[in-house]
Amino acid sequence: MEISRRDFLKASGAGLGGIIIWRALGSDKKGFPKDITLKKEAIGETPTICCYCSVGCGAVVAASEDKNLVVNLEGDPDHPINQGSLCPKGQALLQINNVDGKINPYRLTKPLYRAPGASDFTEISWDDAIERIAARVKETRDRTFIKTDSNGKTVNRTEAIGSFGGGELDNEECYILSKMDRALGLVYMEHCARL
Amino acid sequence: MTNHYIDFRNADYILIIGCNPAENHPISFKWITEAVARGAKIINVDPRFTKTSSKAHVYARIRSGTDIAFIGGMIYWVIQDMEAHPENYNMDYVKNYTNAALIVNSGIKLPNDIGQNGVFSGFNPTTNKYDKATWQYGNTTTPETDTTLQNPYCVFQLMKKHYSRYTTDKVSQITGCPKDQIEAIYKEFAKSGAKDKAGTLLYAMGATQHTYGSQNIRAYSILQSLLGNMGIAGGGINALRGTSNVQGSTDQALLWQYLPGYLPVPVDTDADLNAFMTRAKGAPATPKGLAWDKSINWKGNYDKYIVSLLKAWYGENATKDNSFCFDYLPKAKTGANYSHIALMDAIGRGTIEGLWIWGQNPAAGGPNSNGARTALANLKWMVSADLWINETAEFWRRPGVNPADIQTEVIVLPAAGSYEKEGSISNSGRWVQWRYKAVNSPGEAMPDLEAMNLVMEKLRELYEADTSAPNREAITKLAWDYGEEITSDNVAKEMNGYDLTAKKLAASFIATLKNDGTTSSGNWLHCGQYPEEGKNLAKRRDPVDVSLNKIGLYSNWSWSWPVNRRIIYNRAAVDFDGKPWDSNRPLVQWDAANKKWLGDVIDGGGDPINIAAVGDKRGPIIMNNDGVANMWGRALADGPLPEAYEPWESPITNLMSGQQIDPCSYISTYMNERGTVDKYPYVGTTYRCTDHWQTGIMTRNLPWLNELSPNMYVEIGEDLANSLVPRIEKGDKVKVSSARGSIEAIAVVTKRFQGIQVNGTTIHHVGVLWHWGYSGLSKGDSGNILTPNVGDANTTIPESKTFLCNISKV
Repeated sequence: MEISRRDFLKASGAGLGGIIIWRALGSDKKGFPKDITLKKEAIGETPTICCYCSVGCGAVVAASEDKNLVVNLEGDPDHPINQGSLCPKGQALLQINNVDGKINPYRLTKPLYRAPGASDFTEISWDDAIERIAARVKETRDRTFIKTDSNGKTVNRTEAIGSFGGGELDNEECYILSKMDRALGLVYMEHCARL
Repeated sequence: MTNHYIDFRNADYILIIGCNPAENHPISFKWITEAVARGAKIINVDPRFTKTSSKAHVYARIRSGTDIAFIGGMIYWVIQDMEAHPENYNMDYVKNYTNAALIVNSGIKLPNDIGQNGVFSGFNPTTNKYDKATWQYGNTTTPETDTTLQNPYCVFQLMKKHYSRYTTDKVSQITGCPKDQIEAIYKEFAKSGAKDKAGTLLYAMGATQHTYGSQNIRAYSILQSLLGNMGIAGGGINALRGTSNVQGSTDQALLWQYLPGYLPVPVDTDADLNAFMTRAKGAPATPKGLAWDKSINWKGNYDKYIVSLLKAWYGENATKDNSFCFDYLPKAKTGANYSHIALMDAIGRGTIEGLWIWGQNPAAGGPNSNGARTALANLKWMVSADLWINETAEFWRRPGVNPADIQTEVIVLPAAGSYEKEGSISNSGRWVQWRYKAVNSPGEAMPDLEAMNLVMEKLRELYEADTSAPNREAITKLAWDYGEEITSDNVAKEMNGYDLTAKKLAASFIATLKNDGTTSSGNWLHCGQYPEEGKNLAKRRDPVDVSLNKIGLYSNWSWSWPVNRRIIYNRAAVDFDGKPWDSNRPLVQWDAANKKWLGDVIDGGGDPINIAAVGDKRGPIIMNNDGVANMWGRALADGPLPEAYEPWESPITNLMSGQQIDPCSYISTYMNERGTVDKYPYVGTTYRCTDHWQTGIMTRNLPWLNELSPNMYVEIGEDLANSLVPRIEKGDKVKVSSARGSIEAIAVVTKRFQGIQVNGTTIHHVGVLWHWGYSGLSKGDSGNILTPNVGDANTTIPESKTFLCNISKV
């Protein structure tokens, strides 16, 4: 019986299906690998949808045992739109996470802070970042809040805070951003759909 | 898009105008190729001969920004052919499913009528705005019709009169496309008007990024309606959108003028919730004398969706007595514009002091980058959540500025990547597809969902403590109890909504949502995605095509809004008996024996027109109040029909009328110089390449993609390159300048661009990528330094596709 990738994913439940990766370390004079290690640990397979254009192609992500690195990424053969194929950007998805087995050095891994006039960022904690953001938002909002307009009409808005993003966020993220922006009284809220 | 990507394979004719799927949506081309294998013809119209063009059966090179002339000419050609050979077209569809037969107010004046000078009736030259009274139907509640299409005020005759000026000679003069090519294309695509043929139209930012971008799309829609191509398999008007979830972000209303699900945003003239809901619902108009007799006006349900939204946002605090907390919501100022260009201008003027950005890069992604970067320095504070440091996050240390001069406080939050978190995204075909977490995000990077939650939790704490803060209840009474372990699963349920009485997830917006506060739904369009506990339909992975004749709907793969309908307006796919116009492509069909619809989820419910009872014979286009496709538009900013104008910066004067530009264009006054043809003789246009994406911050940091496309480049034709002194060779470093600024780039000299003869002069294009900037691994100048800060009359989308520039060897 032929097992489709879908069945394979189903059978593997939480995605514990193992695939074996041949890793060549150097080669002999004829070009054959001289030292081969068999990667034997379970690496899992998780379906995803590409984050670049809007076609919505499926890909399958395999992760290292500690779940900290993507070790393989390929087109999802069961996906009805791309049927296993990926374009150059889709094939490069892996490098968003890592380059040659190390986290992509350009990825941000800590919150950063740039003080007024400073010439560089400094690392800060998440707690510090969140406290600063909330304090700035509240101060600006409350000081600039327009409760009623010149006609005495309740308008409950601030025109002093803008919100951008994000055609790259998940729907659920977009939704709570939409909700929180409005709760705060923002009207200047936009994203790349306008571009 | 009205249809979906796989559906391209069902088309007989594929008109690709204003997009380049072979390079920018490569996998979509798989389905175009499949259509071609079945015998379909690709027709491609583009200023540049792209990889898409190389696969086209017919290609036409037109001057950038002349789509309305080109398509207007085709509309006129089809109207004439339709009168001569009605048997070649679906006249039942044209008369009953579009507003062709509806009679317009006799006060209407067209741009070529005496004294109109290129504008429609109702134009106020002082305000540059229209009074639209004369654009309405003569009878606005029960419009009169003439199904012989002869009445001079019926839409068909008004279109014929309006577009009679768009002769192929005139179109050739304006577009620069030879007359025989124009006619060949008109003739070819018009064949899709036959009942048993399907034609699809694909577009992207090549169509929208113009001061009359909305009218470009309107022109396409008119053509597709006239040809009976809307609502059918292999047809439709299909936007190939630029980012993976720009469909979903729009659906969730990250645009100032909407609430989630395209509900309107409250404004200061809405007296109260009831007045707001009345405005949102509009009123049905039922045309007299058509085959059907009931306009569904689906927007009449918007009160249910608005109240359900308020219940999702304010929970038990939202009661009938307090108008479901409607007062808490911000009310936009009437007449104000809060869109991208206006937002950047407001930063420049100092109105906006703080800006938070969740995955966007306006220092390189919007128009007029120099202006945008200068404006950002006026901010007191800025937050940037992203995977990388982008140009916006470090605008204060960009080349040429002294950080000490810039007082903006910047907080950067490290975000998780798409497979480092869980949630759904919606592709252009409205498929809501669930993604899973495959790996941990690096270091302290966090999903935006969690970061937003932390910010809002902290804000709620601050507002709980400050009883004097203005409108604090909007924050303290907000239903925001996601807890520290916020999950996309919980949010997806909130979006879907609940029957609050039964305490169950809502089955669908049709079955469940009410206007009395007994239901909630954060976005009615998502209502039905999560109809039961444990049943998130966006997770479905059944790759079996269960559609009639296997037309590729894949209805059990993920879920699409609304109510898993795969092709919208599908009520137009059948005749009055519910029989598909084309039996080979049955999208929906009436099963008379069992009295039910088969195939895709039918739009609007009810029985077919000939079977339904008098008074319940439903018009097909349920989102329009008159039940038909609106070839004649009654609510646009700049005219009921598309009229050809020139771009804000154009090398020629308008050959169609004395009105040079779209009179309702949105023109920024912040650092927005306008160039003239004596200094900037070439037409610049921006686009993307396969290996990079948007401002490049998601691709320029990936070594593989940099190896494929390492440098910022611009493209010009061999004829232009050879005519310049000094001559430009492939690989030379060149300078491209516009009135807004200049960039340096590598020259790519090809045959893909060629000079175009426009009204006796040769016009050259310069193609500019916009993927680069000063941040990240691969650096280069940003194409948007050149683009103007002017926007479409209806949407204010910037005119990045046509501007004046100059080029020289460095």
